[in-house]
Amino acid sequence: MTSSLTVQNLSVRFHLPGATVHAVSDASFEVRQGECLALVGESGCGKSVMAHALMGLLPGNATVAGSAWLRTGGAPPLDLIAAPERVLARTVRGRRIGLVPQSPAAHLTPVRTARAQLAEALRELGNPAPADELAARAGLAPEQLDRYPHQLSGGMAQRVVNAIALAGDPWLIIADEPTSGLDRPLVDATMTELRRLADDGRAVLLITHDLRAAEQVADHIAVMYASRVVSHAPAAEFFAGPRHPYAAGLLEALPSRGFTPIPGRPPELTDLPAGCAFLPRCDRSTAACSHLPEAGTEPSRVACHHPLERPLEHPLEHHVAR
Amino acid sequence: MLRADGITVAYGRQRVLRGADLAVAPGVVTGLAGPSGCGKSTLSRVLALLLRPDAGRLTVDGTEVHRWRHRASRDLRTRVALIFQQPRLAVDPRLTLREIAAEPYQATGRPPGPADELAEDLGLTPELLVRRPHEVSDGQLQRACVARALALRPRYVICDEMTTMLDASTQAHLVARLEAYRRETGAGILAITHDEELLTRWTEPSGGPTVRMS
Repeated sequence: MTSSLTVQNLSVRFHLPGATVHAVSDASFEVRQGECLALVGESGCGKSVMAHALMGLLPGNATVAGSAWLRTGGAPPLDLIAAPERVLARTVRGRRIGLVPQSPAAHLTPVRTARAQLAEALRELGNPAPADELAARAGLAPEQLDRYPHQLSGGMAQRVVNAIALAGDPWLIIADEPTSGLDRPLVDATMTELRRLADDGRAVLLITHDLRAAEQVADHIAVMYASRVVSHAPAAEFFAGPRHPYAAGLLEALPSRGFTPIPGRPPELTDLPAGCAFLPRCDRSTAACSHLPEAGTEPSRVACHHPLERPLEHPLEHHVAR
Repeated sequence: MLRADGITVAYGRQRVLRGADLAVAPGVVTGLAGPSGCGKSTLSRVLALLLRPDAGRLTVDGTEVHRWRHRASRDLRTRVALIFQQPRLAVDPRLTLREIAAEPYQATGRPPGPADELAEDLGLTPELLVRRPHEVSDGQLQRACVARALALRPRYVICDEMTTMLDASTQAHLVARLEAYRRETGAGILAITHDEELLTRWTEPSGGPTVRMS
């Protein structure tokens, strides 16, 4: 049986004095063994909250609904949302799911060497492998492990947190904006590393705002807008011709394409409309859009009443030619 | 012309710039590219009069700069504005977005200017202007930082990896806003980025040069 993570109708709300933040609404997707799913969207759309919800790391003022079934190897299926903290702490975090955090340099303790931090992770997770071996697999030389975080370049710090995330040999890797602030060669190297993890039989959930990084590794692209997954499609199909108007707008904003911004601004997550949240910014909207569009459950799906047509040419050829 | 000649900067014993030259002409976008760690950000701080170089000469429209940071004359230091890569590290977390956008007026003892209109123009609603940095996204905060940078209508704007943290649509919007400002005022823009595609798209319309550091 292949391993998978199946997220169904996941919703996360934050309760603030006088307001409720709709951070994630009714999100469904699946990540399978050997695959990389990229969750893309602009900052503040709820992407990172999704990662924290799956890891059970949300603050106390959050309420979560829906399910996230983790099926790996011979272990019985586990619903990450319903699982108690004890189970998450002892069997999931670091062991079945590894988190590559945002801004690696800030995530490492400045007063201890990379080796001390990697060794601690290995010890706590009961992995007898020597730190050097794990570091070598992540592309680090043993002497680089003896440095303090401020002595590491951005790329090296990235490899250190990758090694720490892999210390417990997790099946699923969640990478939360692993490339923000890195230059292109380092982005490329990080993406190659994530792709290798997926090819090794793990699964990767890449959370990013960088469409080009996503294009390098992802098998599937899920687009989030205003707390909802509005589009979910195979990567080649997506980049050949996204069907959701917001996804099309995002692609068209790339400097390599039209470099034109999407007009207007996203709605506040405290004040989401009842219908399609993209309506005020969309040039295809009609009266139907005041009702919330359903995405359905197909592998290639779009939550829009008036999706764009699929491109006529063969999507794969188009993808390669570009 | 904002011109740096033979700029040398060392942090402790580590020299990060050795005799760097750069000219930012008014009216065009000058590109500056190079790998991380090559000294792009250090040079941008020198150009914005925020860091005194160990050697070299900086002139702003022909006037040589002798004093730096708060010692620089108000006229000189408000002629160059700097937009940073990480908006969160570039704002006072105690201020609201409206106060951040209006900081330059207060700092120079001027009556409050049209900060609200500028912020609105950059896509910030009145509802967002009353929030503090931790209550908004990176993209929204960077919009306030751009409003702050343009408040005193600088002659030169230095954008140091301004959009690296932002999604494609916000990036395109902020670059379009700066291009509108350049066309309207004839200001010179220095676009610092390691993204070659962005660099080409940004410098092309004005035909400005691209400088590569290594």
